[in-house]
Amino acid sequence: MSTTTQPTAASTEVAPERATLGSAARDYVTRVRGGDVGSLPAIAGFVFLVVLFTILRPDNFATKLNWANLLNQSAAVIFIAMGLVFVLLLGEIDLSAGYTAGVGAGTLAVLLTFKGWPWPAAVLAALVVGLVIGALIGLLVARLGIPSFVVTLSAFLALQGVLLTVIGTGGTVPIRDPFVLSLMNDNMPPALGWVMWFLVVAGYALTEVLGRRRRSKAGLPSPSVALPALRIAVIAVLLGLVVYLFNLERAVNPAIKSLKGVPLIVPIAVVFVVVLSFVLKRTRFGQHIYAVGGNAEAARRAGINVNRIKIACFMISSTLAAFGGILLASRANSVSPSTGGASTLLLAVGAAVIGGTSLFGGKGRIIDAIIGGLVIAVIQNGLPLITQRAEIQFIVTGLVLLLAASVDAISRRRAAASGR
Amino acid sequence: MTSDSVSAAGDGQQPLLSLRGITKSFGAVDVLKGVDLDCYLGQVTALVGDNGAGKSTLVKGIAGTHTFDGGEYLFEGRPVNVTSPKAASDLGIEVVYQDLALCDNLDVVHNMFLGREETNGIVMDETTMERRAQETLAGLSVRTLKSVRTSVSRLSGGQRQTIAIARAVLWNSKLVILDEPTAALGVAQTEQVLNLVRRLADSGLAVILISHNMNDVKQVADTVAALYLGQLAATVRAEDVTTGQIVELITTGRSGELGLAADREVLR
Repeated sequence: MSTTTQPTAASTEVAPERATLGSAARDYVTRVRGGDVGSLPAIAGFVFLVVLFTILRPDNFATKLNWANLLNQSAAVIFIAMGLVFVLLLGEIDLSAGYTAGVGAGTLAVLLTFKGWPWPAAVLAALVVGLVIGALIGLLVARLGIPSFVVTLSAFLALQGVLLTVIGTGGTVPIRDPFVLSLMNDNMPPALGWVMWFLVVAGYALTEVLGRRRRSKAGLPSPSVALPALRIAVIAVLLGLVVYLFNLERAVNPAIKSLKGVPLIVPIAVVFVVVLSFVLKRTRFGQHIYAVGGNAEAARRAGINVNRIKIACFMISSTLAAFGGILLASRANSVSPSTGGASTLLLAVGAAVIGGTSLFGGKGRIIDAIIGGLVIAVIQNGLPLITQRAEIQFIVTGLVLLLAASVDAISRRRAAASGR
Repeated sequence: MTSDSVSAAGDGQQPLLSLRGITKSFGAVDVLKGVDLDCYLGQVTALVGDNGAGKSTLVKGIAGTHTFDGGEYLFEGRPVNVTSPKAASDLGIEVVYQDLALCDNLDVVHNMFLGREETNGIVMDETTMERRAQETLAGLSVRTLKSVRTSVSRLSGGQRQTIAIARAVLWNSKLVILDEPTAALGVAQTEQVLNLVRRLADSGLAVILISHNMNDVKQVADTVAALYLGQLAATVRAEDVTTGQIVELITTGRSGELGLAADREVLR
């Protein structure tokens, strides 16, 4: 592509600055000064933790088997976090997402195991349960104006009871459906891993090229090719590395059962990230979510139906939580009264916030859930390899969440100070 | 008093907005007691008055947030029934409120198109929106913005006000109502915004400027309409009166020959 596409006369009034790598870097520094740190702290933290644990526990942590394990550990939390991003963008919170996942999982397990439903129907039913829970929460928050904190805290308690009711007195409902089990336990054939790699890299490059072509057609200035090219290259290399490593044999004893290929959850996550990011960034609906989170009054005056947006976001969040519940069930091969309980919700909120989504609303991306979720996963996975003491693990995890929330709060204050 | 308003402006053209005998009460309180107001294309009409004079109520009525109790509301010579903000914006009336109503986390383009995003299928048409935003800003000779993709949180107060005004212009509006656009601004930024207000009128729009700042009024307004306790004290050409006279109109309802007659005031 030519780099010399210049804006036509119509647009020169607003003196566009041609972005180069240097100006992009400067722009980023200004953004950070203005309080928008983005995902960089999370990525830095991720790299730091990986290096730290690798040095401390070279034979346990940095193994291919452990990496696959780490992904599966974090998958449910990441999906719940993706849903929470929608709610957090509004400046609201969903404390019941963990048990929504539990109820979704319970519904799935009971329908599959006790009622003998086929998996598509059971999965759909679990998602619908999530949707309904979200609609109820959304209605209470938007229509009655009850703070989401209170509504979802009540739902958190009530849904524990619902989960107990759903799975009955038996305690634990096993899952034997091969499809549901395969979600978290199977890997893609190695060749398909490379197909996925190609689709992601080519798809990303294609959107970039098409976007530039559209802009130059409209006479708008395009940023330099260098930055997107660099991004595509980084994605290609990193994803390539991931696919390559996962395609190597990682079974402890390959003669008994060969274990290679990218875990199936990875392409599923990629699809979700692409679709949800598209919704947030490219559609009016997504734009209105950001607007409501940024200034609900302004959104209302602009004719946006704020209540409708709120209800929709809670529905999306709870539906994704229910999907996370399906993953929990798949990983554990069963559903128990504690599925989705304990720290599940806190880790999901932590994942979104560590990734760079603001607790104050208006700022956040789907990819934040992935980045933050991986940081959480590394801590959850690495700490037990260092110390078996649960108290230390709890304290460290808590402190990391607090650190992420502090970064969020401080950047918000800087943003408020630098504006005007 | 009506003779003032007729002679004050217009050069014989038909007023874009014409209010006659507007009344509005909240319970037992008569906030507007028969207000007449004319606004012309290409003119800035300053609406001045002390707190409680009824400026906000009048503007909210024009913009459809409230409905007037009585009186005639004529737009382009036709009586209209403005009962909602939507009805007002359909007519081409846009209000820029004091607190701006911008979303800090969105960029300039998205703020200007907030709630009215251009789409191409289900996808937002970013290029069209960006181009139109740039054209509108260029049309208003706004040159202080580095990029229309800058987040509004990084703009100065004057730039924000500019964006809010530009948003009102984007929709082929005919009447733009500005509620104290310079209240929170510094000297240079006030100058910027006042120039913009002038350009709006010069480009053919009718502008109503609510202001407490007499310097602003004298600088940009063609016509001054002074409200006093729910009545229009006078409508005068800005160039015909001194700042002192405007202040008198605001505080006492009259100034020498101008304004409400002293006896009328007593009789009421």
